[in-house]
Amino acid sequence: MTDASSSTSEQVGYTKPRSQWWDVWDQFKTHKGAVMGAAFFIAVLIFVYVGPYIWTLDAQYIDIRARNQGPSLAHPMGADQLGRDMLARIMAGGRTSIAVGLTAMLLSLVVGTFVGVLAGYFRRVDGLLMRLTDLFLALPLLPLLLVIIMLFRDPLRATFGPEQGIFILIVFVIGITSWMQTARIVRGDVLALKEREFVLAARSIGTPPHRMILRHVLPNVLSPIMVSATLGIATAIITESALSFLGLGFPSDFPTWGRLLFDGTDWLQRNPERVIWPGLAISLTVLSVNYIGDGLRDALDPRIRGR
Amino acid sequence: MLTFTIRRLLMAIPTLLFISLIIFLILDLAPSDPTASLPLTIPPDVRADIRASLGLDEPIHIRFLLWLNQFFVNEPLNLLQHWTGWDLGGEGRTRVISWQTRSPVVDIIAQRMPQTLWVVGTSYIVGILIALPIGIYSAYRQYSIFDQAGTFVTMVGFSVPPFFSGVLVIVIFAVNLGWFPSVYDTTHVVVDWPSFVIQLKQMILPVMVLALQITSQISRFMRASMLDNLNQDYVRTARAKGLTETVVVMVHVLRNSMIPVVTVIALGVPQVFGGAIITEQVFKVNGLGHLLIGAIQGGDIPTVQTLTFIFAVLIVLFNLVADVLYGILDPRIRYD
Repeated sequence: MTDASSSTSEQVGYTKPRSQWWDVWDQFKTHKGAVMGAAFFIAVLIFVYVGPYIWTLDAQYIDIRARNQGPSLAHPMGADQLGRDMLARIMAGGRTSIAVGLTAMLLSLVVGTFVGVLAGYFRRVDGLLMRLTDLFLALPLLPLLLVIIMLFRDPLRATFGPEQGIFILIVFVIGITSWMQTARIVRGDVLALKEREFVLAARSIGTPPHRMILRHVLPNVLSPIMVSATLGIATAIITESALSFLGLGFPSDFPTWGRLLFDGTDWLQRNPERVIWPGLAISLTVLSVNYIGDGLRDALDPRIRGR
Repeated sequence: MLTFTIRRLLMAIPTLLFISLIIFLILDLAPSDPTASLPLTIPPDVRADIRASLGLDEPIHIRFLLWLNQFFVNEPLNLLQHWTGWDLGGEGRTRVISWQTRSPVVDIIAQRMPQTLWVVGTSYIVGILIALPIGIYSAYRQYSIFDQAGTFVTMVGFSVPPFFSGVLVIVIFAVNLGWFPSVYDTTHVVVDWPSFVIQLKQMILPVMVLALQITSQISRFMRASMLDNLNQDYVRTARAKGLTETVVVMVHVLRNSMIPVVTVIALGVPQVFGGAIITEQVFKVNGLGHLLIGAIQGGDIPTVQTLTFIFAVLIVLFNLVADVLYGILDPRIRYD
């Protein structure tokens, strides 16, 4: 008997091996809202990142003769009070809003997972880290965000330039004020994982703590992390828009959806579409991300997946 | 339960002190100048005198202790004196003074509080009253058209930020239809029926915007909690005993499902104060959120410090309330 024939005879009885991610994908596909949300989110990404290559008008180009124009062929979404094209501005604003959402989510995820894993895995720091988490949860976040931004905006602008400075500041403040939920969930999961046999087995063969965390603990807490990632994007986009809306976010020549909405409210009676387009963009993006999160939560829950 | 409450209350004191220190440090480290908004013609030495009169030349720990003393000792004593009429010797006591208006911060907050409480409180109650039936019925008829529509609407309410929904209802109801005013007039006094109608009209839009958010959060919780309970064994037992469907759902299941929902409602109270900042800004409600924004923009540190601290107290307090309620309502939970 040769090796080749044995391997073919063995394969007859088996179906193709499936990883759990295929099951997750299958379950995810059954959630209509989630699939539509994902499709819409991808469409928004294409719109804001690829769109500028097709619609080549500059978002900063001032055409004063077109000011306050309604929708037309030259400006499908109209033009603002300086005659800047709204479609181009919505694309540019979306790039910033989504970049802020993704970066702030990543930051909060990294901090939250770090704190959660440390607190769950090492009993010595658990009490301290969880008190810290409780403390952050007790801080009144929106007022504090406003205060921090109001007070640190100018020095950061001076150091990193007007756009980079405010971007760093906003991502930083949103990131460090939204990691607490992730940390709590991850800690709970790590505490439960620590009691499982495979962790005991891994420890009994002398796995050092860092490899234990990276190889055995982290992959198993991936699903709650993914769900909080989607929700994190949604809250980050809303928070950034809220800050911009209160006039404490990005400057007007560096548009985000929130800033465009804020600028549009002054022209509400004349051109209501200047408020409606950015508002719709924020709401629909957040809605689609929330639906993705809903679908992911169902898909990653093994109790639901079997049904 | 009592020892748990007392222990948590005692633990809240260092937490709150630490929070107040953090807020104070953030405000102090930041390079903001309360005299920056004064006219440029003021000579530098006068400017320095103004800063000194605000107490800015003291070292930082003295200023922090001074604020603590003013906020935790002097202001409660003043309140006590005001309410009871006892003479507690109020002349020598310094109060927390706003840098913008030069009047005591606590008095300004007392002026602004009613507006916030009226608008936010009403919308919270309205939101809860709408959310509970929606949540109950969607769970009872899971996957029905009502449930699908309800879930979609709550998802939308969850995703549309108040600064968009607020502007949208202004466009629709105030600009196009002209039914309701877009600005909330805080000087309006209710004396008779017509003025009450005006008050009602101006409250509808902000209440609508806030209530949409609250409804969507709470009805999601209500639905999930009802669904958890509807599949339990005791529900089958209740049905097997021959109880009517109304009794099974509205008495057995509802009472058990309300446990987590009540705690969520308690936890949401301080959040509503925070979220109301934006709604108040949109409808120009002259409340606490409006005061905070103005104070932040004017570099008025005592007001910002006091207001943020009050928000923090509310959060800590309602966290405690939620935990205690959970323990009272659910006999399976025991804190020891």
